[in-house]
Amino acid sequence: SCQFSDSAGYVGFANLPNQVHRKSVKKGFEFTLMVVGESGLGKSTLINSLFLTDLYPERYIPGAAEKIERTVQIEASTVEIEERGVKLRLTVVDTPGYGDAINSQDCFKTIIQYIDNQFERYLHDESGLNRRHIIDNRVHCCFYFISPFGHGLKPLDVEFMKALHGKVNIVPVIAKADTLTLKERERLKRRVLDEISEHGIRIYQLPDADSDEDEEFKEQTRASIPFAVIGSNQLIEVKGKKIRGRLYPWGVVEVENPEHNDFLKLRTMLVTHMQDLQEVTQDLHYENFRSERLKRTGK
Amino acid sequence: PCAGPVESKNEAAMSELVPEPRQKPVVPMKPMGINANLLGYIGIDTIIEQMRKKTMKTGFDFNIMVVGQSGLGKSTLVNTLFKSQVSRKSSGWNREEKIPKTVEIKAIGHVIEEGGVKMKLTVIDTPGFGDQINNENCWEPIEKYINEQYEKFLKEEVNIARKKRIPDTRVHCCLYFISPTGHSLRPLDLEFMKHLSKVVNIIPVIAKADTMTLEEKTEFKQRVRKELEVNGIEFYPQKEFDEDLEDKTENDKIRQESMPFAVVGSDKEYQVNGKRVLGRKTPWGIIEVENLTHCEFALLRDFVIRTHLQDLKEVTHNIHYETYRAKRLNDNGGLPPMAVETEENNESNL
Repeated sequence: SCQFSDSAGYVGFANLPNQVHRKSVKKGFEFTLMVVGESGLGKSTLINSLFLTDLYPERYIPGAAEKIERTVQIEASTVEIEERGVKLRLTVVDTPGYGDAINSQDCFKTIIQYIDNQFERYLHDESGLNRRHIIDNRVHCCFYFISPFGHGLKPLDVEFMKALHGKVNIVPVIAKADTLTLKERERLKRRVLDEISEHGIRIYQLPDADSDEDEEFKEQTRASIPFAVIGSNQLIEVKGKKIRGRLYPWGVVEVENPEHNDFLKLRTMLVTHMQDLQEVTQDLHYENFRSERLKRTGK
Repeated sequence: PCAGPVESKNEAAMSELVPEPRQKPVVPMKPMGINANLLGYIGIDTIIEQMRKKTMKTGFDFNIMVVGQSGLGKSTLVNTLFKSQVSRKSSGWNREEKIPKTVEIKAIGHVIEEGGVKMKLTVIDTPGFGDQINNENCWEPIEKYINEQYEKFLKEEVNIARKKRIPDTRVHCCLYFISPTGHSLRPLDLEFMKHLSKVVNIIPVIAKADTMTLEEKTEFKQRVRKELEVNGIEFYPQKEFDEDLEDKTENDKIRQESMPFAVVGSDKEYQVNGKRVLGRKTPWGIIEVENLTHCEFALLRDFVIRTHLQDLKEVTHNIHYETYRAKRLNDNGGLPPMAVETEENNESNL
């Protein structure tokens, strides 16, 4: 039973989570999010919206940009965000040029290479002599942007996801959702899910709700995947309040309005699952990479 | 990384033993709708809560070793610390048993639960230490045991298909019991602590402190501290591992004033001023174990369990274990240990 006074029987190790808490807050957290999708699908705008980075006072750390090919580039930028005393070092890996070339045959090879390189680096550091300051640059989550203009997944989408579902947690996102009516949105979502299932693609699965979590809400979140989202860098005045949105002649699309799109669901899902996303990356994707590597080199 | 390979967990079976208390969600799981704070809050701080939940769910391991001559009250003290019958004394050991001819290592495991947090506690007792006529090198079996646990962990870590949570049998804390002679440390005490402080967190305690008056206690503690310093013995919390100014200030106070803790243990309860207290009853009064004016047991308990438990594990993992690992790698020419054995061992270990 839970006795929190010095009565006979109370030892005090129930305080351990607080000790862990204190150390974690001191240390801060790291998270790497990759965004993949054709140009013009609003990836950068969405990231800004998600993390309020253009409204936040921020400190940019020059990123480790690797320009490997002319067509697809990998641009990683790191930002430190602090909220209520919790420090997060967020790295966003952008992939400009993806799907832009006339022949997009190899465009995701660069991305696979990047992900593998981070695994490789981590494996090397983990096997080294001095392990005190290992930096985790592994990609914990990949938002894959699906165009709202098509009728479902394109061949490139399918190939990419099949190539990467064993290396990273894929969260499919329908971009620029304001070009669709609600009905069209539902139809597209269903189509995408069917095709994902058809091709045996494994996207990130939300873990089952804990006893203290809202099971219903979790189900609702699950049912909304793929999230149909809108992003915006502009503030518009609505009913006397300044909100993020897009101003059209026929009305204002509000980013953080759950009736307009799934932005809030996506953000909530991401921030409340950061720990799980990291865990799955470590326990599943990284371990797979590691055992393959070790078997291959026959060490 | 947010969690890192710090905590090793016990078997999954444990999480089925006790149903979790239903807690009010701290995380706002439902979107709040449109509110004035829209532009300000993302929700990153919820990661703390996610980690807390993970700690609670998986429980944790804690391995504590007790070393000292027989009769110094080691087993009783451990029982008192964890308010449970967790020591060798309570698992069928007979007080009348002969002192073993060599140092034995006896590890006893228990699962205890408090406030929704599950702990797999292992108490490692070392009967026979310091009890022989010739006690030369009697710390060696202990050092060997500690290193064997590091080796076990290392082997699992370098495996190709390794466990998700490596079972942690490494010794997180070693309580060394000093006899309350009132004079000084004995040569054996110095030898043991000199050798072992390099491989494990040592917390020296003065046993059976009820044989000393307050003055005698203060003087003895000062003398012991001086001797430890003069002999270069770094007991836990080690100065070189203070992470920041906050730690240093807190730990300096503990190192220079409180330690070594002069303790009294007891598993008997008496009625004092209407309260049930753990204590020792003598004709001249009842010694209350948890009364800070009587002895420093409560300080030791708070230190080991309530404030520094996690740190004890982290120093073990990040410092002592890494030191062991680096040495093993170096001895092997920079390669992980198993590389030498692959020929004999078909199970493609690294």
